[in-house]
Amino acid sequence: MNPNQAPRTRIRLRYSKAGRIRFTSHRDVARIWERSLRRTGLPVAQTEGFSPRAKLHFGLALATGYESEDEYLDVDFKCADVAVPDVLDALVSVLPDGIAATGGSVLLPGAVSLQQAVTICDWDIELIDVTAEDLAEWVDRVRGAATIVITRERKGQQITDDLAPQIRALEVGESTSRGVRLLATLGTQPRAARPSELLTVFEPQYRPVLIQRTRQWIEQDGARLEPLMVGAAPAQHTPVGVQ
Amino acid sequence: MSLWSELELVLPEVSKPARYIGGEGGMVEPEHHPSKVAWLLAYPDTYEIGLPNQGLQILYEILNERDDAVAERAYAPWVDMEAEMRAAGLPLFSVDTHRRAGEFDVLAFNLSAELVYTNLLNCINLAGAPVRADQRADDDLLIGAGGHCTYNPEPLADFVDFFVLGDGEEVVTEINAAVRDWKRAGKRSRQSVLRALAAVEGVYVPSLYDVVYDGPALVSITPRFADVPAVVEKRTVADLAAWPYPKRQLVPLTEVVHDRLNVEVFRGCTRGCRFCQAGMITRPVRERPAEQVRTMVADGLARSGYDEVALTSLSTADFSGITEVVSATMDCGAGEVSVSLPSLRVDAFTVGLAAQIQRARRTGLTFAPEAGSWRMRQVINKLIDERDLYGAVESAFSQGWRRMKLYFLTGLPTETDVDTLAIGELARNCVELGRAHTKNPSVTVSLGGFVPKPFTPFQWFGQNTVAELQRKIFLLRDDIKRNRGVQMKWHDPKASLVEGIASRGDRRIGRVIEEVWRQGGTFQEWSEHFDYDRWTQAMDRHGLSVDWYVHRHRTEDEVLPWDHLSAGLHKDFLWQDWRDALNEVGLEDCRWTPCYDCGACTGYSIEHIVASAVPPAGGSQGTGQVPTGYQPPRAVEVQLSGVGERATS
Repeated sequence: MNPNQAPRTRIRLRYSKAGRIRFTSHRDVARIWERSLRRTGLPVAQTEGFSPRAKLHFGLALATGYESEDEYLDVDFKCADVAVPDVLDALVSVLPDGIAATGGSVLLPGAVSLQQAVTICDWDIELIDVTAEDLAEWVDRVRGAATIVITRERKGQQITDDLAPQIRALEVGESTSRGVRLLATLGTQPRAARPSELLTVFEPQYRPVLIQRTRQWIEQDGARLEPLMVGAAPAQHTPVGVQ
Repeated sequence: MSLWSELELVLPEVSKPARYIGGEGGMVEPEHHPSKVAWLLAYPDTYEIGLPNQGLQILYEILNERDDAVAERAYAPWVDMEAEMRAAGLPLFSVDTHRRAGEFDVLAFNLSAELVYTNLLNCINLAGAPVRADQRADDDLLIGAGGHCTYNPEPLADFVDFFVLGDGEEVVTEINAAVRDWKRAGKRSRQSVLRALAAVEGVYVPSLYDVVYDGPALVSITPRFADVPAVVEKRTVADLAAWPYPKRQLVPLTEVVHDRLNVEVFRGCTRGCRFCQAGMITRPVRERPAEQVRTMVADGLARSGYDEVALTSLSTADFSGITEVVSATMDCGAGEVSVSLPSLRVDAFTVGLAAQIQRARRTGLTFAPEAGSWRMRQVINKLIDERDLYGAVESAFSQGWRRMKLYFLTGLPTETDVDTLAIGELARNCVELGRAHTKNPSVTVSLGGFVPKPFTPFQWFGQNTVAELQRKIFLLRDDIKRNRGVQMKWHDPKASLVEGIASRGDRRIGRVIEEVWRQGGTFQEWSEHFDYDRWTQAMDRHGLSVDWYVHRHRTEDEVLPWDHLSAGLHKDFLWQDWRDALNEVGLEDCRWTPCYDCGACTGYSIEHIVASAVPPAGGSQGTGQVPTGYQPPRAVEVQLSGVGERATS
């Protein structure tokens, strides 16, 4: 049988990344997933060709050093009857400390890729050397700005972008033992705005100690949907772990 | 106590922060206790280079299995991290529990290359201990070192409290016992623990020896006390089967070199290549039973999740029953496992083996003929017949490989331009062979400057000067420039010179290493940080002659800085082998032929452990097929003045 016509299951997994492992890169995490899935012995589909690789599809890259409670990847399995609870159970003992699979759903064929589907992310940014009052004043200035021009380097060229339309929400959160939290919702299309860029738009430039992605959202017809719900197959494959 | 809360503030500022987080699969977070010796095992290079080191991982496991020891790991912080650490007042730390180095009892280094010596000093300094051993207080860290470089420990004698010669599996427990007793008695006298360590076989404590010079010449290195050995013997594990380590190879979270499962299939090599220190100091050959190899591969793959396994040794195709072990390995994990065999022999059998393991991806294959002419290969005892080499190359191209890499040394004893140019001829012939099979065959010549090493027959040879090495490199480069399909890469001859200073230097070289380190000369093995002038200027400032240390031929009666140490090899065996080299006389592999008493077995009452009584099929390298021009060894006297390229600078 042509392997491309073999029965397939694509499962979207949600996972968290926290603790010391947050300093691994997106590439590192991809390799960790490959090794961990191999250890489960689950029938993960492989690419064709000279050096077969597991068929994994990752969403928006998380910057090195950031934590996240809400990361996703899609995994192709080479048979039709893979169940989400079995996959989650098998992963418990093989994922390294700091990475945990927290949910999953079977996707319908043709579901849009994570990279394209996710439109906004919620961020929790812990800043030090700042008071809640000063940060509130800073937040007001950012929110009041009609345009926020940032420059960044892309392929050796200086590119300017307006960050303002990408800042969907911004507020001061709780105080912590080390500083104050800044809560932000940032757009991802056509290019994901980064918390580090947000922190450089106005003086003073506050220093983050911990940046955490708390949620990723897919906006459809004005509604915010979580990635496990979009493209998920019907009832017999009820998503596990929807928040 | 963990430094993590401070480290996580600086890690966002540095490149590749995952180097410093630990968290590998197989990592141990041991419970420290006053009754246990705490070891910080350090590799004085970056995490990516150091993490895979098997020697360090073996000791890490053996120590952590004991109830009177704990072991954690440290690696040299890259320059950006070092700057952040120094600015924040953070010391060298373990990656396992991020404990400061000062909370350990022993800081023990693995030394596998001379150019990391300044990193060793830097790590001691970052750990908060005085870099000079004689300035350390009773309760300062004990600084130890093991690994191949410790066969000439003298350049580091002022900085390291104790060196270990040979296999570490058994001796580490004896060292631990000595340190444990001292620690439990309150670490009262540093001198007492050093004396106890010197009594452990295989341990060399340099501060307990007097060194006498006469002008530039070394006269003697002798123990200052009757209970300190006049000659320190290396340690050899008699049977590798008793040590199936690492059992839980560390699986890093970030990318490192050799990022795969590594299973050591045998230790030692008796091919007898005269330039090769590893082959001389790790004798005899001790094979791991094939069944144990299979178990270690299967278990290792299952627990690591790796899809690649390397069967390691100094010449893996020589392993008895290698074909069966490779087949068994490839059948692990539903056939998705790839096997790599570092250090391949040059013959058609080896290519057949390579074809078996690289069923799909045939990109490049590497061979190491080491010298271009048959005469030169007889001198170095790398007895590869041209028929073997061309047979291997023909076989590789015909089985689908398109690129070949050939390793050569230059600056070998008795080498002339004829030998150098023979490398080009050989590479051209290989490309021609390839044309019958592929449109664009490619052969890359990789050329390294030869650095003579202690405990080899070439330990008496005067290394070529930088100018001479450079001349030969350019001679070859110009010769092959016009040939399509032949590329060339080479090692910086200036780096070879600095390696030469440390390789055979005596205790006085320590001052040079210290000065280069004080001037900021770390990571010298990285070309962007290597600073040749710092080394030569430091030699000048201390009145030490590069010519004396590096380029001078040694005489038979000369006291060598490692004469008070023993790798098991009789000095007269090495001298005879040196004379044989100059007479272009090869010597067969003693694994399958009668013993010629080098000393490595007889001196320690041990034997080769080789499952097969006959050499592997195919190939001329001591495998019974006598190549053209081969003569059995015989004793001949020659005058030293006829040797090699005399130093000119």
